Formats: sequence, C-alpha cells, structure tokens
Amino acid sequence: MSNYLVELKGVTKRFPGVVAMRNMSLQIRPGEIHGLIGENGAGKSTLIKVLTGVHIPEEGSIYIEGNKVSFKNPNEAATAGIACVYQELNIVKLLSVTDNIFINKAINKKGSPFLDYTKMHEIAHEVMLSLGQDIAVKKECGSYGMGIQQMVEIAKAVLIDAKLIIMDEPTSSLGEKEVEQLMKTVRSLKEKGIAILFVSHKLEELFELCDRVTVMRDGEHILTKNTDELDNDSLISAMVGRTLDNQYPKIEAEPGTEALRVEHLNSAGVLRDVSFHANHGEILGFAGLVGAGRTETFRAVFGADPYDSGEIYINGEKVVIKSPKAGIRCGMAFLTEDRKGQGLVLSQSVRTNLILSNMRRCTKGLFFDEKQIDQLAEENISDLKIKTPTADEVVGQLSGGNQQKVVIGKWINTNADIYIFDEPTRGIDVGAKVEVYNIMNRLVRAGKCVIMISSELPEIIGMSDRVIVMREGRIMGELSRKTDVLNQEIIMKAAWGGEIR
Amino acid sequence: MKTKKMKDILGKVAPLLALVLLFIVLSLATEKFFTLNNMMNILRQTAVNGLISAAMLVVLITAGIDLSVGANAILCACMMGMLKTSFGITNSLVLILVCIITGVFIGFLNGILLTKMHLPHPFVSTLGMKNVLCGLALFVVSTKTISDFPAAVTFLGSSNLFKVSGGFSGIPLCFIVLILIYIVYHFFLNKTALGRMIYCVGGNPEAARLSGINSDNILIFVYSLSGFMCSIAALVIVGRSAVANPSAAISPYDTDAIAACIIGGASFMGGKGTIWGTLIGALMISTIRNGLTLLNTSSSVQYIVIGLVIIAAVFIDVTRTRMEAKAKRLAAK
Repeated sequence: MSNYLVELKGVTKRFPGVVAMRNMSLQIRPGEIHGLIGENGAGKSTLIKVLTGVHIPEEGSIYIEGNKVSFKNPNEAATAGIACVYQELNIVKLLSVTDNIFINKAINKKGSPFLDYTKMHEIAHEVMLSLGQDIAVKKECGSYGMGIQQMVEIAKAVLIDAKLIIMDEPTSSLGEKEVEQLMKTVRSLKEKGIAILFVSHKLEELFELCDRVTVMRDGEHILTKNTDELDNDSLISAMVGRTLDNQYPKIEAEPGTEALRVEHLNSAGVLRDVSFHANHGEILGFAGLVGAGRTETFRAVFGADPYDSGEIYINGEKVVIKSPKAGIRCGMAFLTEDRKGQGLVLSQSVRTNLILSNMRRCTKGLFFDEKQIDQLAEENISDLKIKTPTADEVVGQLSGGNQQKVVIGKWINTNADIYIFDEPTRGIDVGAKVEVYNIMNRLVRAGKCVIMISSELPEIIGMSDRVIVMREGRIMGELSRKTDVLNQEIIMKAAWGGEIR
Repeated sequence: MKTKKMKDILGKVAPLLALVLLFIVLSLATEKFFTLNNMMNILRQTAVNGLISAAMLVVLITAGIDLSVGANAILCACMMGMLKTSFGITNSLVLILVCIITGVFIGFLNGILLTKMHLPHPFVSTLGMKNVLCGLALFVVSTKTISDFPAAVTFLGSSNLFKVSGGFSGIPLCFIVLILIYIVYHFFLNKTALGRMIYCVGGNPEAARLSGINSDNILIFVYSLSGFMCSIAALVIVGRSAVANPSAAISPYDTDAIAACIIGGASFMGGKGTIWGTLIGALMISTIRNGLTLLNTSSSVQYIVIGLVIIAAVFIDVTRTRMEAKAKRLAAK
C-alpha cells in the first residue's frame, strides 16, 4: 500500500487556448491537513475540479491509496471518498438541516416508500454534534448563519465517509468566532483520520492549521514543505517568483492636477475608511486580492452601489453621486470587470453599444442622427482597431478583446475625464492586451485620469504610476513609481496582510 | 456570408410566408374566404388585437409581460359607461379623455409595481392587476352592459371609408388608424433614442443602468405606453360592438396579443421583436378565426386551433433561440 492517500503525477488540464494546469504533482498523506496556496489564477480551482471529477485531465494520473483512478464525473470522485466544501455552498436554504444532509441519500422506512425521518433526524443530530454543533436539525438551514451552513456541508462529506475533504477558502465568509469553530472542527476531523486540503488566501490560517503547504503558480507545482520550514516571506516569493515580461508599453506622462479625491468612504461590511486621490495624466493602479474591496470602492464612487458615509471630490469640488447616470455626468467612465453581464448588450449591434452611454446626444430633433452615429462608429472602429465585419454586427459575435474595445469606445464617446478600468485585460489574448494598454496610454497623454483595478500584478507594476493596495475593504498602503521600487513582493505582502513601510 | 444573409432574410419573411400560405389554403377550402368584403372583415377583426399587441410588444421587448391588457381595455370602456349612466356625462371629449387617462394610469401603476415596489416579475403583478381590473370593470357599471354611446366615441371603431351601400363594405377606419400607429411605432422603436434604450434595457438591464440609462423610468414609460394602447383599443371595442360589456374583461385578449408578438418574432427573453412582425402575427390569428368560422367549424375547434398555434409559436421561439445559440457556438470555434 502507498504512503499517500491521494497522489497526482504529471497531471495536465488544457482549455481552449490556455493550459490551466501543467504537469502538476501533489501528495496528500492520510489524516494530514494540507494547505494549498497561490495567486488568483494560479490553478487552484482547476486542481480542485480535477480532484472532484468536474474536469477530466488530458494527461497524467491520479492515485487513491495507491490505486490508479480516472474520474469521469463528480459521483465517481465522491464514491472514492473525495468530498469538497465549495466557497459557494450548495445548501437549499428552505429545507431543514436534516433534508440538506440527506439530500442525495435519503433513508426509507424498511419496506415502505416513506422516509424514515426519525432515523434521519437522529443521525443528522449525531453528525452535527460530532462537528461541535448542538443544533435543532429540524429547522430550516437558511435560519442558521454561514458557519453552521458550512458545517452542514462538512456533515454531508462526513456521512459519505470521505477520506479527503477539500475546503475552498472556507473562512472567506465567516466571522472570527466561526473561524475558530471551523479550525476546531478541522482538527477533530484530522483526529478521525480524515485528510483535509485547505485552500486559503490567509497566510496566518495556513501556519496555524496546516501540517504541510503546497504552493502553485501559473498552473504548476512550485513547492511542498512542512509548515515549520516555511515563513511569510518564503511563501510569498514562491507565489510570485516569475519574471516580468516586457510587454508593457509604459509611457511617462506629466501628472497634472487632482481629478478625483475620495475621503473616508465607508460601506458596512465592505469598505472601511477608504481615502485616496487620483490625478490627471497618470495611471493609478489598484492591487489586492479578489474580494479586497477594489471593485466595491469604485462601484460606490461611480454611483452603481449605495454607500454609508464618505465624501467624493471631482476636480476639487464636492459631488453627490447616487446613480451611474450622475457618475457619467460628473465625467466618470466605469469599465466593469464583467463585460458580458454589465458592459454590453450582447444582442445589439456594435454601433448601438458604442452609443449606449450617450444615446440622447446622438439625436437630431426627435430622431437619431444616423450620419453622426455612422461617423462616430467608423471612427471608433478604426481608432480602437475593433475587428468587426461591419458596425451592424451583433456584439455577441465578436471576440473578447474586440468586445472590450467596444466597451472602451462606449466610454470614450462620453468624453469622460476619469476612466475606471476594472480588470481591463481579463480573458483577452496577449495582442489585444497590448492594444488596451496603448489606449490607456493615449488617454493619459491626453491628460485624462486613468484608474486600473487589476489582479495581475505584472500588469499593475508594468503600467501604473502609483499603486494603491487594498485588503479586506481597507487601503493598506501606496507606492509610487518615482520614489519606490515597484516590486511584486512588496505589493503581495501588503495584499496578504503585511504593512507597507 | 451570403448564406447567412439569406438565412436572415428568410427568418424575417418566414411569418409572412406562413400568412400567405394560410390565405391560399383557406381560399381553396372555401370560396367565401377570398372576397373583398371578407378581407375587410379580417382587417376589422384584426384592429383590437393589433392595438393590444402593440401594447404587449414593447413590454415583451423589455423581457416583461402585461397580462392586464385586456382587462385594462374593458375597464376603460366601462369607465365611459359609468360616466354616462351614473353621472349623465355625454360629452364625447370628456368620455374619450377619461378612457385614455384610465388606461395610462393603470399602465403607470403596473410600472410602479415592477420598479419601485420591486415585485419579482411583471407576470405576478399584472396577473394580480388583471383580476383587480376585471372586478373594477364589473363594479363601476354595476355588472350592467352599457349601450348608446355618443357617435364621436364609437366613430373610431364603427366607421368605414369608401363604403358603397349594398356592395363594398368599406375600409375600416380602425385598421387605418392601426397602420398609422404602427408607422409611428416603427419610427419610435428604430429611430429614437428612447426606442433603442427600450431594446437595450430588455437585452441587458444592468449594462443599461451602468451606462447611465435610467432603467426604472424606461420601464415605467413602457407599461404606461401599454396602458395607453389599451385605451385606444377600448375605443375600438366600444365602436365595433356599440356597448361596454364588463364581462368581456376575461376574454383572452392578453394571450392573443402574446401569440401575435411571438409569431412576429418577439421573445420572452426580451431585446427582440418588430412592429411589422407583430402585425403579421395579429393578421394570422384573425385570419385563422375568420377562416374557421366561414368553414362552419364549431367554437370548440377554433379554441383548439388557436391554442395549438400559440404552443407552436412559443415552440418556434425557443427552437429559434436554441439554433441561434448553437450557431454562435459553432462560429466561436
């Protein structure tokens, strides 16, 4: 018999155009708590999905207790003893705790078509008790907090006799007390001989809980070490240790006057005392982990979401912005991270999408000024190098990069002064990325203020004049290209819980 | 490229071809069908559904639905009846004005329910509204059918142009008005900023909002417009039947209108649909009714056929959407 409960050897998973996981190896011992860490997009989710049978890898092999397996679907993985508690819980809130625990394996009374609720309640209560939760299992799941709902998911895993429970960022939506309880539960599962793969963004949790830690980067295995051989710095440099490609056509422009100033912006549970300013003629980068409050900050500033308190100044004047319409009137443009869901009307033409934000200005009397719109669309298409057969093509038919250029065109047409780009290069190919950077350069050269939120550190470092790092709804610090060395490790440290000195 | 254009054109004229085919079949089936006066009859019978379909179309484009259209129209008619019998008002201008105000106000309420009171889907709110309006229609005229409206009120629904006594029955004025309204709709939906915004709100409300379009106001306008069209339909109903009958509020005006829009290319998913397609859809439904009546089929058969046409229309809608999605996937590869 093998020493390992689960072993991956040379596993590769490809998606059209990208290799999500390359030659990955991983060994998990029985009954250990194994940490998994990596940047956004390092391949952690792919690894989880391969282990749970959601994705089928093209190359490599997986062994469970020394036996080679190849899961064709999630059911097979579950039968083999691998369970996963996803970040988004699979709980039916209106059903009772018992119903949720037995959702796919209900027990019938002997020789009867009816459910044996007496027995099911009993078992459910027992399992929850063993996880440290003495609760009424007949109550609706939704009436309990996130911590208990998560325990219900863990109970499901325990009941199928899982040998490995994967927990994907289990503490991200929990309060302090719930985190403590979860840690206790995880340790008690370990005592029962169940192995845990603990995926987390929080270094201190890994150090407190895990026996060993594996670091992933760019879809590859970087290292696996005992926790006591590691410290913060060595983990971070292992995560970011790639070299910067020279694919950023950064230009130096002369920073102008202040364009936007935000003071003491607060939003319960999301933003805490966020203050910063952005200037004309510069690119201000916003770095941080997913969920650090960067998008939320600018949704509030732009008027897309309400906020509790705080002040916003544009060109030194205090403004009150309560809707995106008001935000646009104040000269702001907001390129959202979700371009299909929030940026474009996919069923409409390129032409219509290009004037989406200023339709009323494209009219002559009652009707559209078709000539003006045609001219504008042609200008946009050649200026921004949008590859489309005609301006009347439905936007949904274009490639990601070209769709993104249509969104940028939409905002340029409003003649905005402040451009907020949220993950502007997500999901587009390298060539289109450079074109997006060039557009940003053109805006800066024209004296506009550009704010770029990005989870890709090389991009932040390559393009920003100043960088602000956010973590858990707060601003952790600011770096300037002129006075500081912009380097990944300093930014990552701030994003993962350290301080910028 | 060329085949794609061919497909586009075919997709657009397919409902028209179906209508022509229907005409040919019915002409062969009975010689009473393809006569000038019967054609005028069909136009006359199309007017009410055509007006209500125009109301429904714009709502469908926003991915909504308005089930209260028929009840709204009947309530508008009964409001005129109430003014006449209970208050003795016979001034046509007052009656018509009250009719229109009632329709627009009910539509406005539907819009408020959807946007400001955050009811989950207009199916729910307008279904509730339909029942309320059915009750109100009976209430305001004490369940009585009201007749003897002034000539100016019934004018729109009852007059015919170029009428020859004993011969040509004349072109119904209500259909001419319908066409005029459709032309206005055409320009409104295609050539104005507000019209385009309606399509955009239907296609992606969040993207529209983040692009500075006030989606709530657009939706309130759309439902108010729907109410306005219902009030015009009310005038035609009163004109054609010469009475305001409160129990007509439960007639299937809403489903007929939905069927007309869907046959004409609108989609429950929103963002799609044209006014001319809707005209063909409305013509198709009245043609089927008219033809089946001429063939002396019983009303039971008429219900069955209309029902099947509605199902077929929705089936065509979903199949078309699925085919388009498939084509997109293939194109992406």
